[in-house]
Amino acid sequence: MLDYLISGISLGSVYAIIALGYTMVYGIAKMLNFAHGDVIMVGGYVSFCSMSYLGWGPLPAILFSILVCTLLGITIERMAYKPLRSATSLAVLITAIGVSYLLQNLALIIWSSSPKVYPDLFGGVEPVMIGETRLSFATIVTILANIIIMVGLTLFTNYTKIGKAMRAVSEDKGAATLMGINVNKTISVTFAIGSGLAAIAGVLLLASYPTLQPTTGSMPGIKAFTAAVFGGIGSIPGAMLGGILLGVIEIFAKAYISTQLSDAIVFGVLIIVLIVKPTGLLGKKVSEKV
Amino acid sequence: MATMLKVNDLHVYYGSIHAIKGVSFEVNEGEIVTLIGANGAGKSTTLNTIAGLLKPRTGEIEFEGSSVLGVPAHKVVNKGLALCPEGRRIFQHLTVEENLEMGAYTRPADEVAESKEKVYELFPRMKERYKQTAGTLSGGEQQMLAMGRALMSKPRLLMLDEPSMGLAPILVDQIFEIIESMNKAGTTILLVEQNARMALSVASRAYVLETGLITMSGDADKLLNDDKVKKAYLGG
Repeated sequence: MLDYLISGISLGSVYAIIALGYTMVYGIAKMLNFAHGDVIMVGGYVSFCSMSYLGWGPLPAILFSILVCTLLGITIERMAYKPLRSATSLAVLITAIGVSYLLQNLALIIWSSSPKVYPDLFGGVEPVMIGETRLSFATIVTILANIIIMVGLTLFTNYTKIGKAMRAVSEDKGAATLMGINVNKTISVTFAIGSGLAAIAGVLLLASYPTLQPTTGSMPGIKAFTAAVFGGIGSIPGAMLGGILLGVIEIFAKAYISTQLSDAIVFGVLIIVLIVKPTGLLGKKVSEKV
Repeated sequence: MATMLKVNDLHVYYGSIHAIKGVSFEVNEGEIVTLIGANGAGKSTTLNTIAGLLKPRTGEIEFEGSSVLGVPAHKVVNKGLALCPEGRRIFQHLTVEENLEMGAYTRPADEVAESKEKVYELFPRMKERYKQTAGTLSGGEQQMLAMGRALMSKPRLLMLDEPSMGLAPILVDQIFEIIESMNKAGTTILLVEQNARMALSVASRAYVLETGLITMSGDADKLLNDDKVKKAYLGG
């Protein structure tokens, strides 16, 4: 029971970190970046190659993959989404799906479809035992990383100048421009943060589920998107809560109901939440402007 | 008096709709100038174009001798030109204090505290509520916050778009008193108003805008007594 809860929280922490990227980008650019999940995969391959082919240690490999994903996120935004700033949201959505397929297919060309086995990052570190419950080091790191990221982002958006500007932009781009805030730069920063977090999420995901292939990011990406909607899209604590709940529900559904049905149950819960509370658990009420 | 803002033969389109059809006017340093006119005359469009939010098809906008056309919208405020937009548009989910800090976004950090104190002096209510979320303020307080936020950029020319909109009469009087005191403290003001009587009573000069064209202009007290203006904008 406790074992399941802990692995649910651990998986949910990965979803939560991915969901942060969805929710921050949605909050500011009002778009769903469906390529976000594939940035995770790119992060996975970059760290994999640095460790397996270049022989780097885990830490420099992770830092390098954060750097690459951050730049990738900024590049995607500049090239694919920025030209569509005044286009319909449907056009942006289709473009995002296109970028997602582009990244998957580029990965297919570069790394082929055969799965790679991700190196054991925390090899040799003994699991911690709490009574009968075994806590692997990867689980501990994942949960800690999630907490640190959550606290860090909250401090960032509430107390730094650029963080406050991000909140201003998410509310009213025109008024933010009048204040002298460069809206395009703010959107770039948001993509950079979201994509950097995706790299971290990729490493954490592969530390627990070490199979890497070009589609590795898509399912966790969709689940994390679900988590973001579940918690209330646009809300940072909502992404956290949604992610963790989703992970726990998924693991419990796998353990007690059916492995095959677990995804159906996860998405079923989302549908129920959206019927009862369309803005998600912590979503802000959208008030009509008069 | 030196000319501060000079708008010359401005044409603005929304798609194929010709909203501003050759508007020219000037604002001199130290003045309160008002643009009056009915709904849809193009008053807000004119201000938004000066602030850089809209791009004119043709025409010239000069502020303190240099053109502001081609300056990216987020850099216009840096030149000493601020717009307090129609409908206030304060950041509802940010606190009062954070809204003011956003107003000072382009200014060096060490000058922000002093400007904040000045705004609090002008609007003591804002000081009382500085930690409150802006969306919870009353309409009058939100207008004060919007004006205070615009002042945080330390503008030499402040453009106010419909500051009295939707406010109770007693608050309207208060807002106009504040506009006069901001002007006395050295800020030049370009005021757009539907409340023509109040606007003309505080302004030194005025322009009447009708469907994208300036149809009358002159000293505010002369327009206040002009029969045509009385009939069209002052309720007879």
